[in-house]
This record gives sequence, C-alpha cells and structure tokens, in this order.
Amino acid sequence: MTGLEVRGLSKRFGGLVVSENIDFDLKPGDRKALIGPNGAGKSTFANLVTGILAPSGGEIRLDGRDISRMGEAHRVKLGIAKTFQITTLFPRLTVRDNIRMPILEREGRGYRLLRRADGEAGIEAEVQSLIDQFELGDLADKPVRDLAYGQQRLVEMALTLALKPRILILDEPAAGVPSSETSLITRAIERLPQDLAVLIIEHDMDLVFRVARKIVVLVQGRILTEGTPSEIAANAQVRELYLGGGHD
Amino acid sequence: MDLFLNILVDGVAYGMILFMIAVGLSVTMGLMRVVNLAHGGFALIGGTLAHWAAQDLGLGYWAGLAVALAGTMAIALPLERVIYRRIYGFGELQQVLATIGLTFLMIATVNLWQGSALLTIGLPEGLNRVVDLGFRTLPAHRLAVIAAGALVALGLWALLDKTRFGIRLRAAVDNRDIASSLGIDTGLIYMATFALGAGLAALGGVLGAELLPIDAYYPLRYMVLFLIVVAVGGMGSIAGSFAAALGLGLLETAARYLAPDLATLTFLGLVTLLLVIRPNGLLGRV
Amino acid sequence: MRFLPLVFVALAAAAFFVFPYDLAFLTRILIMIVLVLSVDLILGYAGVPTLGQAAMYGAGAYAAGLFAIHVWADPVAGLIIGGLAGAALAFVSGLIVMRTHGLTAIMLTIAVAQICLEIANRARDITGGAEGLRGIRMEPVLGLFAFDFIGQTGYWYALIVVCVVFAALAVIGRAPFGMSLRGIHESRDRMLAIGAPVYWRLVLAYTLGGAVAGIGGALAAQITQLVSLETLSFTLSAEALIMLILGGTGRLYGAVIGTVLFMTVHHLAAANDPFNWLFVIGGMVLAMVFFLPSGLISLGHALKGGRK
Repeated sequence: MTGLEVRGLSKRFGGLVVSENIDFDLKPGDRKALIGPNGAGKSTFANLVTGILAPSGGEIRLDGRDISRMGEAHRVKLGIAKTFQITTLFPRLTVRDNIRMPILEREGRGYRLLRRADGEAGIEAEVQSLIDQFELGDLADKPVRDLAYGQQRLVEMALTLALKPRILILDEPAAGVPSSETSLITRAIERLPQDLAVLIIEHDMDLVFRVARKIVVLVQGRILTEGTPSEIAANAQVRELYLGGGHD
Repeated sequence: MDLFLNILVDGVAYGMILFMIAVGLSVTMGLMRVVNLAHGGFALIGGTLAHWAAQDLGLGYWAGLAVALAGTMAIALPLERVIYRRIYGFGELQQVLATIGLTFLMIATVNLWQGSALLTIGLPEGLNRVVDLGFRTLPAHRLAVIAAGALVALGLWALLDKTRFGIRLRAAVDNRDIASSLGIDTGLIYMATFALGAGLAALGGVLGAELLPIDAYYPLRYMVLFLIVVAVGGMGSIAGSFAAALGLGLLETAARYLAPDLATLTFLGLVTLLLVIRPNGLLGRV
Repeated sequence: MRFLPLVFVALAAAAFFVFPYDLAFLTRILIMIVLVLSVDLILGYAGVPTLGQAAMYGAGAYAAGLFAIHVWADPVAGLIIGGLAGAALAFVSGLIVMRTHGLTAIMLTIAVAQICLEIANRARDITGGAEGLRGIRMEPVLGLFAFDFIGQTGYWYALIVVCVVFAALAVIGRAPFGMSLRGIHESRDRMLAIGAPVYWRLVLAYTLGGAVAGIGGALAAQITQLVSLETLSFTLSAEALIMLILGGTGRLYGAVIGTVLFMTVHHLAAANDPFNWLFVIGGMVLAMVFFLPSGLISLGHALKGGRK
C-alpha cells in the first residue's frame, strides 16, 4: 500500500512507557489530527515517525517498506518531513535563504563549492512560488528573526514543504501563535497540496476541527479512539477527558 | 616487582596531584557550566605564593603552604565576583576567550613579580627523606602526597554527603533553577565552591611542585592535562575526577617508565581514543 | 562592502612603499591572515570553535619545508603540498572532533595540536626538534621571481596567496556548501530535519580549513626558511582565534582587520618583552568579551545604531 503504516509501535524511556502498541495509518490526501492531553506521547510519536527517536518495538512502514531503523536524514529523502513544536529556523538568514536551504539539500547541491547558492533559475523559481503560496512576498528579504511569530510558523511550513514531502507532520503549528494570527496558519494548512498526507498534532481544537477529516485521540501513550470530527465531538470518553480538566 | 611498585607509588601520587588540582575545575564546570581554562592559574598562584613565603621570606614549607592556600582563596573570591559571575551566562566561545585572557594576565603578573625562572619550593626535612617500610623504602614526599590526596577525597565526600552545604551544592549541580526556587542561595554556593576549588588547586600545585614544576607558563603547559582529567572523569563528578585522575596518573607514569620516548604520545592517543568512545567521560552523565 | 577587498589590496600595495623597512613584519601579517581566515571558515561559517588550528598550520609548514629540502623547492608546488598535509590532518582529526560537541570538541582540537607538537619534538632526525627545521632554500616563484633578502618577492608572493585564499573562501561562502555551513551554525536541528548530512559537512569544512591553514604554514616555511615548534603551539592557535574574534567572525574581512590590528599592537607594544605583551593581550581579550562580543566590525554598526 502507499502511505505510512505504523504497527504495534512502542517506546520506553527506562521504565517509562511513552508509546504503547500504536497502530496508525496515513494515506495520500489524508488530513488527520492527533490530539490528547499533555504528556500523552504525541510529540514522541512524531519523533518516532521522523526518526529522531528509535522505537523500542513495532514497525513503521512507508509504501510497504520498513523504515523503523533508518536515520532522520534518510527518512527525509524518502519523503517524511516535520515542522517543529518550537519554531526552528535559521534566524539570521532571510526568508528566501531559509526556504532555499531545503531545496538545495533535496536537489543534492549541498557539496557545491563554486556556484552561487542563488544562481540556479529553476531553484529560485521554486523558492518564489513557495513565498507566493504562503503570502510572504513582502518579507522575503528580511531575516526571519525580524518576523512576527505567526509569520515564522508560515516560513517553517514553507521550508518543510520545500522538501516535497509525501508525509507532512505539523507538530503544534499554532503553538505560541497569538490568536489574531491563527487564521494565517489555518489558511496555510487548507492550501496544502491535495495529495499530501498530513498529520497535525495540535492543542487548538478550533484549528483541529476546521482542518482535520479524521481525529486520533492519544492518552498515556495509547490510542483511545479514532473517528471523524463529529464522532470525536460526540464521544463521551473524549468529552470527559477534555472537560474533566485534562485539557490545557 | 620493584618497577611495578615504583609505577604504582609514583602513579598514585601523580594521580592525587591531578585530582586535587582538577576536582575544583570539574565541579565549577559541572555547577556553573563555565569552561575555565584559567583554573591551572590557581595552582600557579598557590605555587608562587608558597615559593615567596618559603624561600623569599624564609618561613619554611608548611607556612608557605598555608600562605598559598589562604592567599589563593583570597584572590579567587573577588575574581569570582568580578569576572566569573559575569561569564556564567556567556556562550562557550566567550568563556574560552575570557578565561584565556585571564590566564595570560595571571602568567604576566607572576612573571612581573617573580620572573620566568623555575619557582622552587624546598621540601622540609620531614618530606625529603625516605621511609623504610621494612620490605623496601619509599620517598616520604610521595607518601605524603598520597595521604593528602586521600584526605582531600575523604573530606570532599564528607562535605558533600554529610553537610547542609553539600546537599545544597548537589542540588545546585543537578538543577540550579529548582535549587534557587527552593530558596538556596546559589550565588553564595557558587562563590564558596569556586574558592574551595581554587584552594585545592593551590594545594595540589604546591604539593605537586616536585612532579609538575612551577613557573610562569604553568597554566598553559598543563591546561590540557587538567582538562583531560575533567573530560575523562565527566564534568561535575567528584568520584569521576578521582577515578580519572588516578587512572591517568598511573597510565602516564607507566608509559614514562616503560616507553619514555613515546609516553606523552601514548597518553594523549589513549585519552583521545577514550573520549571518542565515551564523549561524556567515564562516569559522566549523558 | 563590495569594494572593501579592493581597498585592502590597495592598502597592502601602499604599505609596500610606505614601510619598505618593515617588509618582514608586513609579510608575517599576511601569513597570519591566511591562518585566521582558515579559522573563520570553521568558526565563522560553521560555528565550530577550535583551539587547535596551529596543528594544521604546523603540518603544512613541516610538509612544505621537508618537500622543499628533499624533493623539489618550487614554491607553488610547496604550497600545494602544505595544503594537502593540512587537509589530510584536518580530515583525520575532524572525523573524531566533529563527533563531539562543546568542551570535549574544543579540548580534542587542543589535544591534536599537542600530539603533533610532541611528534615534531620527538622526531628530531626529520624535523630538527627544538632546533627547528633549517636549510629551506626556495627556487624562484614560477621560475621567474627569486626570493630576495629584503623580502620584496616574499611580500608580493604572500599578498597574492592571501588574495587567492580570500577570494576562494568568499566564493565558497556564497555557494550552497557555504550556505549549508551557515545553516548548521544557525540551527543544527533544522539542518538535520531537512536531511542534511551535518557531520560530513562539518568534516569537509574542517578539512578545507585545514588545507587553508596548511597553505599558510607552507607560506611561512618558504618565506622565513625555517620551521620551528612554535608553529604547532597552543599560543598560536589561541592568538589566531583571538585575532578573528577581535575583527569579527563570519565575514572574512573581520579576519583581515583583526589580524592587522592584533599584529600591529603586538609589534609596537611587546616585540622585545613577551611577558608584558601578555598583559596587553589578556586585558584586550577580556575587554573584548565584555564590551564588544561581536568584534570590531560590529563597532561601526553599533555606533550607527544599527543591529549587528
């Protein structure tokens, strides 16, 4: 099959179980959200999928191929990309330089010593089209550290998308973004390429219900339930979890 | 058999010196997270003060040692307040630069005062003889160094394990934010620890002057050696420093006895290898 | 800023005519600029602090010196040999150093230089030990320009090498490789997340830096006709780092400004008294760390009220 398949995935830190026997699928075109209280293991799950952490057990397959033991860089090449929970950019480089960097890596230009980094028309056109897609035109030549946080999140999404991933994981894309700027994020997610498989890890329920077509609820490292937004909204266990004080 | 015993005694004595000098460095690095390349300078200051008191003033070895300890700590306290406190928050590179600058100032000061020649500290009668153990004789100085090192190790263990200061210090090493939120005055602990570390370096410098001779360039010459002890033992670990200092002392001594031409190379090569395998040191925390 | 390199070259050319009796000193500055530029590639571009760049400089110096004595005394060939020696040493040690971070990495760079110093000191038959490697007699540059005892040829030769190295590093800085080093400097995590082989990039940067330092060492060996153990000393590594920080990192011309300033102060303040010189340098470094953390080239920006 195509897409991401996770089977029986688990992760322990010493005696602490943070992911237990997780089964999870993500197919092209999916818009899934992963929600759950703090400490449920959402970020751990994302890090297991991207290869920042090694699993203690279980399997991660991409298009039927086992990638559980592959390193981060290798998985990026195969098409798995993730934005960070805390914005992780190149703060003193411009928006344009930030977005160009992953394209240069993707195209295998990283060891070139002589040609200018911004000297390839094809790459520059791609950088420009990402800048346009995320409406960053006015800011393109500013260092990203001078941008508002919501705009930095957009740069991060543009930068991640520049890797041409097939699986995109957005780790709390709205975290730390003032509510006046969250609509920027929502709109950017809605405009992602249709065939991209997207997993959103998010606390902001408004955003989740607006963009997700399926929601997976994670509690204490296990999957509690999975369903459409309306099913999840009606689920008694989930309501208790969130209304019972588990939501932060 | 004689050779083995010689290596053992000299190596352990050498290791104890390394321990006394490096333990303060290890704790300040673990506690204040400061890369202090000037730490050897405190051993130099101690050695210089001891030389001045013992030789120039003619007060003798023991008074020289006392002057060295008191004087070095008296210099370290204001230095911590004025210089080090400001660089705790700096990046590694800035710390490296600041402490190199400080090292240069220490060297220049000692030179201006005492010149660049070897600063000897004559051993007293009691340390200059050999002790007959029945089956063989050993130099008293080596035995005294070993005893002093063992006492320092025991004393530090007691200080850390049995006193309020020790509990607070360990809390501050583990997590300084939590420690200060518990109302522990970390500033005071830093200063006391820094001065103690400097004092121990002075002690090691004076006692070890027979093995690591004192002159103005001392802090640069032995900088790598002290850093290696800390790196191998793991930053902030007193037990680690002790094990590393003894191990490295024995290793270098053995190399010097068995293959004098290749001793330094063997030593540095093995240490580099160790750090490649275990970048956080033998007992270091990950 | 685009014309700054041309201004440097013009000033360097003018210096030749203004200070005809100080050519030896001016040439030493040029040689040192090559070493400091190599540190800028590693620290300024890639953000890796090093206190052992003298290892590669010394390796280049000994390699070029030995090559000239035993094989071929052609200067340009000697530069290539020096560069290769520096690169080889940097590659091997870089494989180790780049696996670690922070203090351990800094210490390993110091340790590598110590090991090289120890080897050079022990291998007296080959290197001359503490006496230094003597008897280097170079052929004319390109077979045309013989080295003269006033040092005129040496000066122009060194200036050309500095210009070539500067230009090469400027080109590399704007190329994808240089950008990726800046990326690693800014955010190693982000570079890993976009699939960049960070470790190998750093090893290559260290190797290139080693090549440049080796060329600097070769230049020194050819012009001074002597290689001493000091080429491998910790003090040289530390001074190179200080000169770079003094001028400002990551912009190449900071390396030039810092070196010229440091060497000039050294020349004036302390040429005959190395210990009092340590007062100057120690005070200078502390003042720099506390008052001017981004180096002299930030001074202009700070005065203009701009950001660094």
